[in-house]
Amino acid sequence: MTEFFSAQGLSCIRQDRVLFEQLDLTLNSGELLQIQGKNGAGKSSLLRLLAGLSTPDDGTIYFQGQLIAECLEQYAASLCYIGHQSGIHEQLTAMENIAFWRAAYQLPYVDSMTLLGELGLAGLEDLPCHMLSAGQQRRVSLARLWLTNCPLWILDEPFTALDQSAIQRLQYRFRQHLAQGGAMIVTTHQPLSDGFSCLKTLELSYRW
Amino acid sequence: MVSVFIRRELALLARQKADWLNPLLFFIIVLTLFPLGVGPEPNQLRIMAPGIVWIAALLSVLLASERLFRDDYRNGVIEQLVANRQALMPFVLAKIVTNWLSTGLPLVVISPVVAMLLGVEPAAFVAMMLTLLIGTPLLSILSVLGAAITMAADKGGILLALLILPLYIPLLIFASAAIEAAGMGLPYNGQLAILVAMLLLAFALVPLAIASALRINVS
Repeated sequence: MTEFFSAQGLSCIRQDRVLFEQLDLTLNSGELLQIQGKNGAGKSSLLRLLAGLSTPDDGTIYFQGQLIAECLEQYAASLCYIGHQSGIHEQLTAMENIAFWRAAYQLPYVDSMTLLGELGLAGLEDLPCHMLSAGQQRRVSLARLWLTNCPLWILDEPFTALDQSAIQRLQYRFRQHLAQGGAMIVTTHQPLSDGFSCLKTLELSYRW
Repeated sequence: MVSVFIRRELALLARQKADWLNPLLFFIIVLTLFPLGVGPEPNQLRIMAPGIVWIAALLSVLLASERLFRDDYRNGVIEQLVANRQALMPFVLAKIVTNWLSTGLPLVVISPVVAMLLGVEPAAFVAMMLTLLIGTPLLSILSVLGAAITMAADKGGILLALLILPLYIPLLIFASAAIEAAGMGLPYNGQLAILVAMLLLAFALVPLAIASALRINVS
């Protein structure tokens, strides 16, 4: 059986420093891969490689048994990547930011008001995002996770600046996604709460 | 998708008025200073008008383009659009369209006033409107390209000018030649046809280059 997502022998070199080499990972449907490591260990660089944003110095990445370089369109359509930066424009309101990402992912229309209410942003939908707090901006950025139907999520530090209740709600959404057969790769320093039956962890060590 | 993106850009322009008002004011200021600088002699101004109008238009479009991708790059919007792939081209097209709507179109609209300032004759005036109408979209396409290439550079302004101004030169030559020919009562269809050809060629190919430039800048 072919794995949903796998990578073999990945190496990444930044400014003459080897961040990691000969890294293997596999991910099946319904699994969550948590990547841990110190600051500067190369977590974000690894996620960018996996998201197809940069090419690895060595190694190959497979999506459903195919090299991602050979099925870029299909891979990109199955992927929801939220990077270190939020992808939120500060001059736009929460509603406008969500409408932008909904169009970009070609998602069906949903009632953004209800969604924002669920995310604890009721009453703030018409404020430009620079007037929201960091945690509220992060919630707006993550709102698209409640809309998307992409099977693979790659999230860089999704819990940054979120409060406990938001973290709980996000983890609940993670479990929903995994139960529906999705897979996800997440970097976080935060220990994930119990209830993730298919949790894998990968520790990147800091190298000189 | 493109229409949603265009609406987003227009909403941004409505909130960041300096982005499109500054280039427009720059255009007007340069053109009002010229008669003061070179003297009010009508014949002299009339001869110089095509060149002055086009140089001012060119520089003001360049002024508008520097910040085009800056915010979206800093916020990670570009990175996530590149990862998404399918939305990148509509995003580029929306940027081009709104850049023209916010800087090119106002120049076309105020060009009658400019024509009066410089004492342009009616025949040359029509040619000026036509060349601006055809030429400013081309200016927009090229300046979006420059902005895409330099968006990751910290102080990209002068680099942008160095990269893009040479590409403007053919446009400048043919546009001012058309206005000059019109001023002398000669046909200028040839120059206009070349301008249209340059616009179509750029519109077909440059968006691909812009998308690649964005991709390279985030990888």
